[in-house]
Amino acid sequence: MAKSLTAYLDELRDSRVWRSIFRSGPGQSNLHHALVVQSNVFLHLFSVKARKRVLDFSVTWYLGALTFGSFLILVITGVLLMLYYHPAVPLAYTDMKDLQFVVSSGVFLRNLHRWSAHAMVLLVFAHMFKVFYRGAYRPPREFNWVIGVVLLLITLFLSYTGYLLPWDQLAFWAVTVGSNIASAVPVFGHRIRFLMLGGNLVNANALLRFYVLHCMILPLTAIFFIAIHFWRIRKDGGLYAGTPTTVTEKEGER
Amino acid sequence: MAKDAEKERHEDPDGGLNRRQFFVRLGLGSLAVAGAGTAVFAYQFLSPNVLYEPSPIVNAGKPASYPTDSVTLDPATGIFVVREAQGFYALSAVCTHLGCLTVWKPELGIIACPCHGSQFKPDGTKIAGPAPRPLPWLRMWLNDDGDLMVDRSNPIAARQFVRI
Repeated sequence: MAKSLTAYLDELRDSRVWRSIFRSGPGQSNLHHALVVQSNVFLHLFSVKARKRVLDFSVTWYLGALTFGSFLILVITGVLLMLYYHPAVPLAYTDMKDLQFVVSSGVFLRNLHRWSAHAMVLLVFAHMFKVFYRGAYRPPREFNWVIGVVLLLITLFLSYTGYLLPWDQLAFWAVTVGSNIASAVPVFGHRIRFLMLGGNLVNANALLRFYVLHCMILPLTAIFFIAIHFWRIRKDGGLYAGTPTTVTEKEGER
Repeated sequence: MAKDAEKERHEDPDGGLNRRQFFVRLGLGSLAVAGAGTAVFAYQFLSPNVLYEPSPIVNAGKPASYPTDSVTLDPATGIFVVREAQGFYALSAVCTHLGCLTVWKPELGIIACPCHGSQFKPDGTKIAGPAPRPLPWLRMWLNDDGDLMVDRSNPIAARQFVRI
């Protein structure tokens, strides 16, 4: 009789190569599962165990995970778009048009990037509302809320810097208006605008600065804070399941 | 007990710094100096020393090309050249609100901003909208070839006409 798939998998997981990479062999015990999570650089950010109830759709609507999913789509499509895009005047606009009309699947990737960006902003806000109305921001999770606000700001800055890159009329005037809003900051306003644009006008320097911010600085910062955000979920007691007792009862206990 | 004795041994009898405190302060001070230097370096690096931006001085062409009582926008340079009976003047076409390019509406006889709806008279004074200031008049003169020249970086007081 042929071996079952599980048996093959167990054999694979028992192999020397698998063990050298993942450090965990075959096993089904709770301890084994916990070790698998703990010894994986990506999984160790998450809780080893979660209540079954908090994994229900109704609890979180998976909004945080969906936000992260849209971020992953944006990273992948963004890196691919970079292969055909020169952050220079006037190439940026023609490259954007090439992506739409010349590059195979270019229009698909560009639109996927654009729609995911819109979706991410929407999902971030939805995630924040869900967390707020469930009261999941309360201690001990208050610092993770603060990190979430930082991530909201990074998301908005990513949207804003990405807006300039097509170098069309909409982009140019939106950034002209936006940078003039920045110059309304007391005392330092005009210096901030000058540093932001790398000059006095929305020009080649501004395009390059926004490109570097959009493709390097902001995504790396986002990944840094996302890692802390996930890790804090684990450290603050896992996904918020709601209070089992009412608030008055809880206060009565004290 | 022994620890207290040790502490006493290391403490300066005059109440000054002991060796460890001195080195800690020296280290923190050096870090502060290095941090300030990095901030200055970063600021200087991020401020370009040379800008390849268009010259603020533009040639607006021959005066004869502008009919009397006309407002002409040059979108490339962002200026209005206005000719009235009293003479010529140049007006910045950049809205004082958030920097959009305004346009001349001949049918209404006003300058209007497409972004947030500011409206100006042809002499730059504000009629309506969020703009905080009137459109500035710019220095204008005739060069040796008889061309109108405008310095966009040089706003002047209103009602200084160039008479030809």
